[in-house]
Amino acid sequence: MSENMKQNYLNHPKGIMSWLLTLDHKRIGLMYLVSGILFFFLGGLLALVMRFELAAPGNDIISNEIYNNAYTLHGAIMIFLFIIPAIPGALGNILLPLMVGAKDVAFPRLNLASFYIYSFGALFALYTIINGGVDTGWTFYTPYSTQSSSNVVPMTLGIFIIGFSSILTGLNFIATVHKMRIPGLTWYKLPLFVWALYGTSLVQITATPVLAITMVLLMLERFLGIGIFDPALGGDPVLYQHFFWFYSHPAVYIMILPAFGIISEIIPVHSRKKIWGYKFIAYSTLSIAFIGFLVWGHHMFTSGQSVFSQIVFSFITYFVGIPTGVKIFSWILTMYKGQVSFTPPMFYALAFLFLFTIGGLTGIFLGAVALDIHLHDTYFVVAHFHYVMQGGTIVAFLGGLHHWWPKSFGVMYNQTIANIAALGVFIGFNGTFFPQFLLGLRGMPRRYATYDEQFVELHSYSTFWSGILGISIFIAVMNLFWSFIKRNKVDPGSNPWGGMTLEWTHTSSPPHPHNFEEEPVLQHGPYDYDKVIVQKTYKK
Amino acid sequence: MAHHNPDAPSHLKHYFHDVNQQYETSKFAMWAFILTEVLTFAGLFVAYIVYRSWYPNMFIDAHLLLDVNKGLMNTIVLITSSLTMALAIWAIQKNNKRLSVLMLAATFIFALVFLGIKYLEYSHKFEVGQLPGEFYSYMGPDAVHLNNPHIFFSIYFIMTGLHGLHVAIGMGLIAWLIYSTQKGNLTSEYYTPMEMIGIFWHLVDLIWIYLFPLFYLIG
Repeated sequence: MSENMKQNYLNHPKGIMSWLLTLDHKRIGLMYLVSGILFFFLGGLLALVMRFELAAPGNDIISNEIYNNAYTLHGAIMIFLFIIPAIPGALGNILLPLMVGAKDVAFPRLNLASFYIYSFGALFALYTIINGGVDTGWTFYTPYSTQSSSNVVPMTLGIFIIGFSSILTGLNFIATVHKMRIPGLTWYKLPLFVWALYGTSLVQITATPVLAITMVLLMLERFLGIGIFDPALGGDPVLYQHFFWFYSHPAVYIMILPAFGIISEIIPVHSRKKIWGYKFIAYSTLSIAFIGFLVWGHHMFTSGQSVFSQIVFSFITYFVGIPTGVKIFSWILTMYKGQVSFTPPMFYALAFLFLFTIGGLTGIFLGAVALDIHLHDTYFVVAHFHYVMQGGTIVAFLGGLHHWWPKSFGVMYNQTIANIAALGVFIGFNGTFFPQFLLGLRGMPRRYATYDEQFVELHSYSTFWSGILGISIFIAVMNLFWSFIKRNKVDPGSNPWGGMTLEWTHTSSPPHPHNFEEEPVLQHGPYDYDKVIVQKTYKK
Repeated sequence: MAHHNPDAPSHLKHYFHDVNQQYETSKFAMWAFILTEVLTFAGLFVAYIVYRSWYPNMFIDAHLLLDVNKGLMNTIVLITSSLTMALAIWAIQKNNKRLSVLMLAATFIFALVFLGIKYLEYSHKFEVGQLPGEFYSYMGPDAVHLNNPHIFFSIYFIMTGLHGLHVAIGMGLIAWLIYSTQKGNLTSEYYTPMEMIGIFWHLVDLIWIYLFPLFYLIG
């Protein structure tokens, strides 16, 4: 091992200030990862509090008021503080410049600024919690959100601020993909994770400004009573819902597209087979990003829409199923006749395929107006949403962490524990959320701390398995961090899964402070397993 | 690791290959940023469209309460400031530092005049109570028959207020440009910040060109 290879971004330069003021995308990514995981645990804890309250029908542990705070904060923290910032912020930051062969993102200072803006916004969210919470639900629907005496303003201000971080990261990534690729790395030679981040960033820069202005209008409504959302002053509360979902439906794709990208990396590498339908997957990313802007009305089927708008929004919603289906089939065909190895990342990818497919198909149920009238605001929606967001995005995120963990941090976790935890996540997840589909079909409304006796059996199943789910996720994450604490190092030249993209073939694990010792020269495409043999090398 | 080329100009960041890549990247990102600005205002334009279609007659009558002469003056001032901004860039391309600083200073002063006129308009509205939402209290003979006029003023104040905020931010950026150009940091070799802020300034101008007819000239 040369002296140069011992030097990596984690140990050079040293000192706390070199971290706090770092312009290195990998360090910034690590800071996002740590803060993201902390908020993930905080949001998860709130979820468990709710599940334990729901184990029995009455108000057993917490009051209705606290329950209202718990689900609002759970939603807001998970969405605005963990999922939206953490996947692009953590995995995207660490990997994007490596994957395009660049020394850094296009604007490293702006990248650090994004992290601090995110942290500043997060402070407002934490203040909200300490100051007694907020009880409007994460959607902040008017007119209640303009009247509630809870901390609507600090929370929406926090979300407004975090929005800027999201926009700046999106701008940075788009500029990086367009302008920082090494010569020869054409669009169709980019890893699909890069395509996914690109699609995500496009949605971030185009949808987030609308959320920002919506939050401003909501705050002005509270401070000045501007009347835009207030029917007593001639305004329209439904206009708020239009504004909110014009952002928040595309935001669903901000949350799921990076997960698609992760799966597109894991499956070919762990099947040692060229990805099937590269261009289909790449363009389906862009078409999902585009169609995502045209379907917001399907959140408002019961808000007093005209029948004509209902039909149009329902019709367009079905179109989202096409590019999504294209992806699922392409991944399955990639595995077909491949050398599938059951590593932890692959376990998560398989779990993703199963769970996300259920999440996607139940989304088609909800996109149908006639069904949605019955299922709106029931546990069916809760289950669908979690199959997509947790079964999809968070499972893929965990898969991605396990896939790139040895690359990013130069350490290897215990793979047996990782596999057991992955199995626990899969079973625990289904046990928690599948009963919720049934609850919803039987008419259990969401956002209530108490319920009718008839639902007790399904609710107690759900609560039992949520405990297993929580423990499994905790074990999975601790197993990762334990390898870091124990310094269970891999050889810097390791490529344990036999990956073909630049981060595996051209830099050490963990990477060099400037990413590559010299500018990489592209020798093959990202998934050319049919042309080139890449050895799996894993030494301690 | 790749060492920094000693011949490279000082403004070239180490993670770029060459000056051209750095310039193209900045310009690309600036246009993407302009897109986010357009979408920010787009939300408010949608609110405008919704409420104008709800209250078409109120909008037409309420707009008569605005001072069209001040609005027109501001339009002329802002368009002229866009011209001086463009001339400042032209001058620095010719390496004419003095002219460039002069033109930037003119742009700054026009921006100040714009905000001054806006201040006069706003303070008049505060005096007579033509204000947003609950604060609306104007009961003049030309307004008693109006249906929810405070909605018009809510949208007017939010849109022109956000635009005014952009003018103020632009003034800060232009002040910084005057300083950097005077110090000699910007030359015909490297004037990317001036060009980027120029793009921003033209956007600010362009938004006003939409706001002016939509508020002052309807009916």
